[in-house]
Amino acid sequence: MRLRIWNVLRASATALAVALPAASFAAEPLKVAFVYLGPVTDGGWTQMHDVARKKLEAAMGSAIKTTFVENVPETADSERVFRQLAADGNKLIFATSFGYMEPLQKVAKLFPDVKFEHVNGFKTAPNIVVYEPRFEEGFYLIGVLAGQMTKSNTLGFIGSFPIPSVIRNVDSMTLGAQSVNPKVKMKPIWVNTWYDPGKERQAADTLIAQGADAVGQNTDSPASIQAAQEKGTYAFSIDADMSSFGKKAQLSGTTEDWSGYYIAETKKVIDGSWTGNRHTRWGLKEGLVVMAPLNPDIPPAAVKVFEEKKAKLISGELNPFAGPIKDNSGKEMVAAGGAMPDATFSSLNWYVDGIEGSVPK
Amino acid sequence: MIALVPMIASTVVAATPLIYAALGETVVERSGVLNLGIEGMMLIGAVAGFAAARASGSDSVGFAAAAAAGVALSLIFGFLTLNLQTNQVATGLALTLFGVGLSAFVGHNLAGMPVERLEAITIPGLSAIPLLGDLLFHYDIMVYLSVALFVGVHWFLTKSRTGLTLRAIGESPGVAHAIGKPVLATRYLAVMFGGATAGIAGAYLSLVQTPMWVEGMSAGKGWIALALVVFGTWKPARVVVGAYLFGGVTQFQLFAQGFGLPVPTEFLSMLPYAATIVVLVIICRDPKTILLNQPASLGHSFHPTT
Repeated sequence: MRLRIWNVLRASATALAVALPAASFAAEPLKVAFVYLGPVTDGGWTQMHDVARKKLEAAMGSAIKTTFVENVPETADSERVFRQLAADGNKLIFATSFGYMEPLQKVAKLFPDVKFEHVNGFKTAPNIVVYEPRFEEGFYLIGVLAGQMTKSNTLGFIGSFPIPSVIRNVDSMTLGAQSVNPKVKMKPIWVNTWYDPGKERQAADTLIAQGADAVGQNTDSPASIQAAQEKGTYAFSIDADMSSFGKKAQLSGTTEDWSGYYIAETKKVIDGSWTGNRHTRWGLKEGLVVMAPLNPDIPPAAVKVFEEKKAKLISGELNPFAGPIKDNSGKEMVAAGGAMPDATFSSLNWYVDGIEGSVPK
Repeated sequence: MIALVPMIASTVVAATPLIYAALGETVVERSGVLNLGIEGMMLIGAVAGFAAARASGSDSVGFAAAAAAGVALSLIFGFLTLNLQTNQVATGLALTLFGVGLSAFVGHNLAGMPVERLEAITIPGLSAIPLLGDLLFHYDIMVYLSVALFVGVHWFLTKSRTGLTLRAIGESPGVAHAIGKPVLATRYLAVMFGGATAGIAGAYLSLVQTPMWVEGMSAGKGWIALALVVFGTWKPARVVVGAYLFGGVTQFQLFAQGFGLPVPTEFLSMLPYAATIVVLVIICRDPKTILLNQPASLGHSFHPTT
């Protein structure tokens, strides 16, 4: 773990300011802390959270004071970081990685007056709230583009780990593609890492060699976009716009803008309306899930379909997981006329029809 | 068979950085020095190579800068372990931590920037041969140089006088010193050579494999190179076989998944490590092989008066 020295300095300066009330006339600012898995320059997941933190600071002005700690592994180290941040007087703490779930449970019990927010988890508490992007909407739209642009009718997906929140993405990409092109097949490859450019590159090369000409990803580096650029196929970015790595290859991608959520939650803490035990899922409508810029080479007809589907997702007319949905063994998972309940996403472990292979058990 | 061509090509690209790093470390360890800092030197090489190639527009400058950066970092290690006689294991680990941090710091502003990939060279006539041309003559220059490096290291360690001196120093620095061999100078040169190859291995990642810079992009390859040296029983040929084997099985498991093989992916991910260990264990069935091949003074500090 690397605690940036200026954060420590800033924290101690704040402590000093609190210790000398005569020096400050304004009400004591709310201290908000962010805990990041990666470095703030990772060009993806963590950077997006930090961009939102800066927007939060700009929006709230002197009413709050933010701190962040980067490169915090999902181990016992994180427990120490949470404990220290809570002890330092932070009243609202955002834990921005799934793996902080258990350490957070422990620390939250010790600091009942500190409010914790945990991304993508599934364990809430009186002072823990879970928040999560509706990525299925973004991946559905990726599928809509992939389904229209593929020539081989074979799509690929580079998965990190076969966990419910990632299986959801390959499922929704496939459903989106099938909505515009019933012939598509999907080949997923699991690399069992969030981040290993070399391995992601090999996985992309493999998928392309096996005929997949539009490859989605749930790993963090732009390696698959570079591979597609060289081979003349298509790829999609994740978390950030990665088109600088492949202008022709990147069709679009999913990014996140967390600032709306962070501002809303911080305001709730300030006006006292914050409550625990909530599980919030925000998507395109709320502006948390944002699509990366569309590739100008996409034909206007395909863009039109994309925009229509997007508008319907925002209005709620279209649900990516609306029935009937069969898994790839032919068993009906969602009945016609129904839709998958939100709670099911945290235990999703089957492939929709059209995906090759079986979910690694 | 045609389907195998891209798989083999990817294998070669995956194995090349391991070959550079592992061959360099073989020479270092043969001189009796254990440098666990490969991962750090690779990352420094990756960021230096990337920055230099971007600034100059030339990949050769990139690789040269990477080698120089690797050497610079290895000199710190050399000074600490050879002059100040610090513990080699601890110093090597510190070097890795230092390299990881320093490369992230230096590369802060380089993240997210593209660089042209080093082009594969086509050899007139040879590259056009069906199948064989694709299989053997369609790589970038660094792949061919890695083969040359293997031949060079093998010749150096087995045939050249200096190489034999280096091995003698690795076995028994005291004796070598007594008969007037320059122990410290030889070890310094070996450590610098290891630094240069590790730097080049890093630049291969940031200029060829995935032409970009991202923090921690070596993702543990330095440690794998280190393990290959041990499992290759300090013999260049076995080290190279191990690297290709590792790269090949890594590639195979991705292909197997793409074909929808019903095997747990966790098992497949484990396969490269398991297969490499199994094969190399078979190569040296006799438990004495590792002990006999291991340089006797590996990891021990040497002081002329002791």
